[in-house]
Amino acid sequence: MKKACKIIAAVLTVGILATGALTGCSEEAATVSTDGSTSMEKVIGALGEAYMADYSNVTVTYNPTGSSSGITAVSEGRCDIGLSSRNLKDEEKANGLTETVLALDGIAIIVNNDNPVTDLTLEQIAAIYTGEITNWSEVGGNDATIVLIGRESGSGTRDGFESITGTADACQYREELTSTGDVITSVSQNPDAIGYASLASVGSTVKAISVGGVAPSEDTVKDGTYAVQRPFVLVTRTGEALSDAAQAFFDYITSSDAAQIISDAGAVPVV
Amino acid sequence: MNQTQSKGRRRRGTLLEKAVQGIFTLLGLISIACVALITGYLIFSGIPAIREIGLVEFLFGTTWYPSTGDYGILPFILSSVYGTLGAVVIGVPIGFMTAVYLAKMAPQKVRTVVSQAVSMLAGIPSVVYGLVGMLILVPGIRSLFHVPSGASLLAAILVLAIMILPSIINVAITALEAVPKEYEDASLALGANEVETWFRVSVPAARSGIAAAVVLGVGRAIGETMAVMMVSGNKANMPDSLFQSVRFLTTGVASEMSYAAGGTLQRKALFSIALVLFVFIMLINFCLNFFLKRNKER
Repeated sequence: MKKACKIIAAVLTVGILATGALTGCSEEAATVSTDGSTSMEKVIGALGEAYMADYSNVTVTYNPTGSSSGITAVSEGRCDIGLSSRNLKDEEKANGLTETVLALDGIAIIVNNDNPVTDLTLEQIAAIYTGEITNWSEVGGNDATIVLIGRESGSGTRDGFESITGTADACQYREELTSTGDVITSVSQNPDAIGYASLASVGSTVKAISVGGVAPSEDTVKDGTYAVQRPFVLVTRTGEALSDAAQAFFDYITSSDAAQIISDAGAVPVV
Repeated sequence: MNQTQSKGRRRRGTLLEKAVQGIFTLLGLISIACVALITGYLIFSGIPAIREIGLVEFLFGTTWYPSTGDYGILPFILSSVYGTLGAVVIGVPIGFMTAVYLAKMAPQKVRTVVSQAVSMLAGIPSVVYGLVGMLILVPGIRSLFHVPSGASLLAAILVLAIMILPSIINVAITALEAVPKEYEDASLALGANEVETWFRVSVPAARSGIAAAVVLGVGRAIGETMAVMMVSGNKANMPDSLFQSVRFLTTGVASEMSYAAGGTLQRKALFSIALVLFVFIMLINFCLNFFLKRNKER
């Protein structure tokens, strides 16, 4: 038994030494740290992967903490680039932060293909989600109870939808589903359902309605006429140079080279 | 006893044998360590939120709305309990009758086919149950009962009832087969017919095994996550109707874990929900052990 202990101890020691050596290696390479919005996970993940494939000595890290935490983190110098899925407030800018819009994210309002309703105003959408309008006939549809489908508390899409429509913490959901795919499937199965989902994920199984007469598309999101959209913002400290590696990454993701990656990840690039 | 054993080992004791014994002990300890680790971790990470929220408010609060600071999990507890009870009410009679049929009545050929089908049912991943439920059961309930949405407690109950069938059937068959043949022969010899024999003799003789089967089904139902998440609508409502959209303890943890930021009360509260679920499952396991032990003693 004693001998076995010794062997195990030896194996462990070698293991720890090896791990130490490996982490030692990666410390020599440059790291770009990003922190913030959970909604930007896909976009920043795809960009980071593409960048790391080209520059293997750079590691791009992403810490999904939420927009406000990301803004705080960058202002306290805990990360290189903060990620926010809302515009900076004036006082945040006054406190020495600069925003650079990386991309735009359109949120499609979806209904079943059999639903005759094709257009709602932003106010009607808000009234539907807060439970003031409960029947489709009130907005020109069939006489049927509206089934509200949304995302779980904490989801970036829910956060975006509720802040744009001004319905934060007031939505009377019938179903709270945990993924974009589940929302789309449920809406496609229920003729009286309404839901919201990232524009890029919406296919032909459901109908994305126009909001205030503007149909959602990459173009209408880009020119700002489609209302249910939000910016993906890169936050940096004003007048303070980024590290070389962070600046190179920043330049790459805001260049036109990255546009395809951004749109593949479901957002609308601005360049 | 112990002394003679260790003497014998010392005599034969080679280095290899000791090494092998060491390895086996180590492997055995790993699984115990896992249980201890999980229990310890759940308790340590689950207690802080309960203390912050208050035990009574946490367990008996009827509103769960993290963004406004409401952390009451009574809707989750009741949904889990009702869902499990519903599944048992539907699943147990079906499973029990199937077990009696397979163990006593069915011809060998039928038995082989049905047993294999039951095993297959056990092997289907829960996400598949969820998907089928979402695409067939939920719209079906919607049009059958004329409710706005079929994603409801009822849908969860039906899916769970099917999911617990295999464990109930298999354990109940084993229990029924373990009944000594002499009991049945004696009953038949006294003039009882076969059906009377099965239900008056075999089933009572196997009752603690059948009880164990039921408890096992309860354990499976209360712990199921994926399938429930996909059909129950997932809104943290109090389950006051079968057609209400509800959230179970398991889905309460799963649906918010990916977004709850580390260190926040919401995340800590999710661990507390897991702790409550863990306590439930421990209780069920104690019941199971109790029935199995009684079975063995008999």
